Amino acid sequence: MTTAPGQGRSACDRRGFLRALGVCGAGLALSPAALAQAQAEGNPYGVLVDTTQCVGCRTCTRVCAEGHGLPVPEDVCRERTTERQLTVVDGRAVADPRVDTGAVFVKRQCLHCLQPACASACLTRAMYKHDAGPVTWDKGKCMGCRYCMVSCPFDMPKFEYHSAAPHIRKCDLCADRLAAGELPRCVAGCEAGALTFGRRADLLLEARKRIATEKDAYHAHIFGEREAGGTSWLYLAAVPFDKLGFPGDLEYVSYPNLTKEFLYGVPVVLTLVPPLLLGIAKATHRDTLPATGGRRA
Amino acid sequence: MRDATRSISPARAELARVSSFLRQELRPRGRILTPFNVITATLVLATAVILFFRFAYGLGSVTNLNQDYPWGLWIGFDVVTGVAFAGGAYVVVFLVHVLNLERYRPIVRVTVLNGFLAYVFYAGALVLDLGRPWNVINPVIGNSFGVSSVLFLVAWHFMLYMLAELIEFSPAIAEWLGLERLRRFLERMTLGAVILGISLSILHQSGLGALFLMAKSKIQPLWYSEFIPIQFLVSSVFAGLSMVIFEGTISRRVFHHRASASFHFSQERIVVGLSRICAGAMFVYLFLQALVFLHGQDWRHLTAGWGSWYLLENVGFVAAPCALFALAWRNRSTPLARWAAVLAMLGVILNRLNVSVIAWQPHAAVRYVPTWMEFVVTLGVISAEIWVFRWIVNRMPVLREEPAHATTVAPVSNAEPTHLRKEA
Ligand code: SF4
Ligand code: SF4
Repeated sequence: MTTAPGQGRSACDRRGFLRALGVCGAGLALSPAALAQAQAEGNPYGVLVDTTQCVGCRTCTRVCAEGHGLPVPEDVCRERTTERQLTVVDGRAVADPRVDTGAVFVKRQCLHCLQPACASACLTRAMYKHDAGPVTWDKGKCMGCRYCMVSCPFDMPKFEYHSAAPHIRKCDLCADRLAAGELPRCVAGCEAGALTFGRRADLLLEARKRIATEKDAYHAHIFGEREAGGTSWLYLAAVPFDKLGFPGDLEYVSYPNLTKEFLYGVPVVLTLVPPLLLGIAKATHRDTLPATGGRRA
Repeated sequence: MRDATRSISPARAELARVSSFLRQELRPRGRILTPFNVITATLVLATAVILFFRFAYGLGSVTNLNQDYPWGLWIGFDVVTGVAFAGGAYVVVFLVHVLNLERYRPIVRVTVLNGFLAYVFYAGALVLDLGRPWNVINPVIGNSFGVSSVLFLVAWHFMLYMLAELIEFSPAIAEWLGLERLRRFLERMTLGAVILGISLSILHQSGLGALFLMAKSKIQPLWYSEFIPIQFLVSSVFAGLSMVIFEGTISRRVFHHRASASFHFSQERIVVGLSRICAGAMFVYLFLQALVFLHGQDWRHLTAGWGSWYLLENVGFVAAPCALFALAWRNRSTPLARWAAVLAMLGVILNRLNVSVIAWQPHAAVRYVPTWMEFVVTLGVISAEIWVFRWIVNRMPVLREEPAHATTVAPVSNAEPTHLRKEA
């Protein structure tokens, strides 16, 4: 399948309009003041992936590799990201009347969860969620324990097993570019209008609008709105998401929530158990010791 | 001035005495070319070579770890299982120092020493598994505290607990060096260290389970529940005590010349008592497992292959040793208790490996099977630990009460052998 930006535009005016909206919106929103505002409001940036618009050209995977200093990947569809390829386009054959081409393309990368499992797992804060949206990794802090990989429900962090100074690799939402007021590379590179950058709240509104106005084109679900407690990347599709290889057994609460109770219990144990033990030790202490020495060993 | 000279010269003499004593103690003892030594030395050497490649070319050059299995044998067995087996130390000090059950006192030192070395070596094995070990100090020195991380908690508790165990054991070191005043000083800190150590153990034994809470979609549902931390904590009680029973059997044979009469004398009573505690803890554990099972409505999983594996673990290696322990207690049978301990230990190994490796990502395209090198390193670490353990037991008063002390201060204990330590 080839890229057909012009064709795409003529085929659907909405796309062109949306792209304009996305780019303008991003351009405006990315002024430093707006950035600060986004942080203050807890309304991070994100990307809306409309799989009904993706033509599977894989431009995003190429610009991503170039921008991150990684080898340009083979031009094929892949199901999973690797430590060499931070984003892939997964081509799925789908037999469904809503998919006239018979194939759906799904761009995959780290979803930049609102409350990321990886960041809460990281004991050095090398994995870190920025208020502006990106979850980034810091090589000066990471000790390579791979607990982030154990915890991420999407299996996104990847480890360089064949390096003496391994990195954890995953999409960083081009945090460097966001800070400089530019779009993430993949969004800037996508000519098909499948990727829309913006504030998450705006993207949710936009997604709902698309679902409402084109009931036949979309399955009425926004992936990432509630999955894993909400993610910064959101997906629209014509068919249910489990048909597209999205994990079906996800929590709607955030993953760090799963360890919250345990962590709350820690100070309780540390304050209650020692006095209790001391009390028992005193109570059970029988005075069998001779008077000459100390108390007990 | 006269005072000063008087106080310096004994100190100097003391120092000279300790250092010459140390030089003499550092020499190896006994035959060197025993089969055990040859095998373990080979393993340790092979481990060194493998670790060279591991640090030069990355973890992938010696392990089969992959993106689906970030943790393998080194974490699943060395750390997660090894620490469960080291749980005997906190249970035994609880019995002796908190509940003041004197009958267990003869095994306190050896158990604490074992626990301490297990942490040093097995938790130390964690460092071998780190991709960027030079950053391991980050969560320690405080420039990056990931306080929301269970692993952060576990790491800190490991470190603090090692310190607590070292303090608990330190009187034996002072005694060995003949530093009586230091020993008395260290002994005064024991109860504090014990209480801190037990609290830390409760938290990090359960914390090792809590590590897996976020991996909800990756562990076969039969092994995942929100109660993993409690299951890990309860099973660490019988894992640790089974290890104490098992290790006691071996120590008794290997180090019989180092053990005091009272140590031998009290072995049976101790083993029977521990069997009873194990049976109780395993019963609680089984009860918990049943509750979790019913609560999670896991019936549908039982029919698949995983179901039989699950039943094998819980019936064959928990329920059966639980019954054996109960029998051993009723019949006061040490051999029965030993068999039960071996079965129970196998069960704990199975359980920890199931959670962390075997039932992990059951649908992964490429399943993880450790390389022979991962096994060699694991055995090498165990060998090194046994060497250090043997070195210490052969020199320090571990399996007997402190001789100098017992004869000079508390002659009472000679009169009554069942009184294991009259004074401390
Ligand atoms: S998808 Fe995974 S790696 Fe990305 S932010 Fe969420 S938990 Fe972290
Ligand atoms: S591997 Fe690095 S980034 Fe991941 S949890 Fe460990 S320290 Fe944090």
